[in-house]
Amino acid sequence: MNWESWQAFWAMGGYGLYVWGSFGMTLLCIVGEVWLLRRHHLQVWRRLKRMKSWDPQ
Amino acid sequence: MNLYHYASPSTFYPLAGKLVPWLAALALILTAAGLYISFFVAPTDFQQGEGYRIIFIHVPAAWMSMFIYVVMAFWSAIGLAWNTRLSFIMARALAPTGAMFTFVALWTGAFWGKPMWGAWWVWDARLTSELILLFLYVGVMALQAAIDDPRRSDRAGALLNLVGVINVPIIYFSVKWWNTLHQGSSVSLTRAPSMAQTMLWGMLVMALAAWVYTLAVALVRARTLILERERRTEWARAQLEEPA
Amino acid sequence: MLKFLFTVIRRDVLLAARRRGDWLTAQFFFVMVVSLFPLGIGPEPGMLRTIGPGVVWVAALLASLLSMERLFADDYRDGTLEQMLLSPYPNSLLTLGKAIAHWIINGIPLLLIAPVLGIQFNLPAEALWILVLSLAIGTPILSLLGSIGAALTLGLRGGGALITLLILPLYVPALIFGAGAVEGVLSGTGSEAHLSLLGAFLMMSLLLAPWVSAMALKVSVE
Repeated sequence: MNWESWQAFWAMGGYGLYVWGSFGMTLLCIVGEVWLLRRHHLQVWRRLKRMKSWDPQ
Repeated sequence: MNLYHYASPSTFYPLAGKLVPWLAALALILTAAGLYISFFVAPTDFQQGEGYRIIFIHVPAAWMSMFIYVVMAFWSAIGLAWNTRLSFIMARALAPTGAMFTFVALWTGAFWGKPMWGAWWVWDARLTSELILLFLYVGVMALQAAIDDPRRSDRAGALLNLVGVINVPIIYFSVKWWNTLHQGSSVSLTRAPSMAQTMLWGMLVMALAAWVYTLAVALVRARTLILERERRTEWARAQLEEPA
Repeated sequence: MLKFLFTVIRRDVLLAARRRGDWLTAQFFFVMVVSLFPLGIGPEPGMLRTIGPGVVWVAALLASLLSMERLFADDYRDGTLEQMLLSPYPNSLLTLGKAIAHWIINGIPLLLIAPVLGIQFNLPAEALWILVLSLAIGTPILSLLGSIGAALTLGLRGGGALITLLILPLYVPALIFGAGAVEGVLSGTGSEAHLSLLGAFLMMSLLLAPWVSAMALKVSVE
């Protein structure tokens, strides 16, 4: 273990802003990408389902 | 197993669907392991203190940004050579994730640079090349977005992708040269601290996590693209009966 | 085949000669962009000398891209392009001819104006000479690579801005070697290496760009 306490962990030896700014942005990007992906998939799904119902063929 | 069997969208779609949950789970496990190594196993760096831990994101992100571009180019080449729809779809599906990793590499590069070198941005060779790589990604995506006809869009994007991939080594070389000419002391932002074994392992695990994540995301994106393009076929219409 | 090439070049140059307005606009654009920099940054002569090569080169890039959009568009619109693509000659000959014509129309004037602009930036004589030389090698590269962008974006809405987005990253090595050559003269480190690399980049573009541009035309037209 590297850290004496949770405090020390968050502080990251004074570099807290930079370390967590980096990890945080990365997390944001990944969550954002997955969320946008899911949203797009559902939008396409719903639209195709609707189009199918108009045209039962 | 006959690989060509899965070259058809109708067989690829369900296969991808089955793979995605496993890939997602694997990505989560690898990320957890990677983070554990990053924070709890890798020791404090002698020169850079705790701030260096950013490399556990920065380096894997940079690797991925370049790797994805090359894989895209591979699929673009296959698509142009053999006219296989799925190849173009794979190239298209990878692009946004590649751009995302490029952005993360740039952001984390800046956040690493500020405490270490005092500036939010330095025009060193690696960061500058990364920036140009972002422009290349954006270029391909913008071109494909601007073309309505899917066939032309696929092929134009693929061509641009290939032109880009040939140019990347040239661009990198010229930027590297430009950098050494203009900077007396070679202040290399990306010169990592002397690599303890654990640090290398941390980066490798995170890189692997990023790769598995990319696969999962690309497969989902590909499925959405396939569904849309094949919407008039029997099998695609049948798929719509299942839950999303 | 050579006759075909000359015909393509001659035709484009003639057409441009009849529409001198467009051509003049591009040249004035070049001059104006260059003049904006001192206005934005300040007239201090030493600093102008430092930024001069880069500014002139960047302005040359932008001016070259400005006219790129119309490289194939006019012919495409009236159906001539399709006819030319159907000819028995290789399409890469067509794209090569178009790029050469573009260089004659847009590149050569840049070479003539650049020394004047260089003087505005306090560049000494040797630097001016290398500036012109670097542009002489570099502007054909711009025309060749630009033709790829023009072919890919044929008929699209985004137009000029889109071409710029696509092609500027590819121009970076030319910019670095070209402006770097002039800087090499200014700082006394020499420009041979830069110019050789620029020349190599030109050779590569000459070999590959017409062929890629032809492929892009086929993608856009069919």
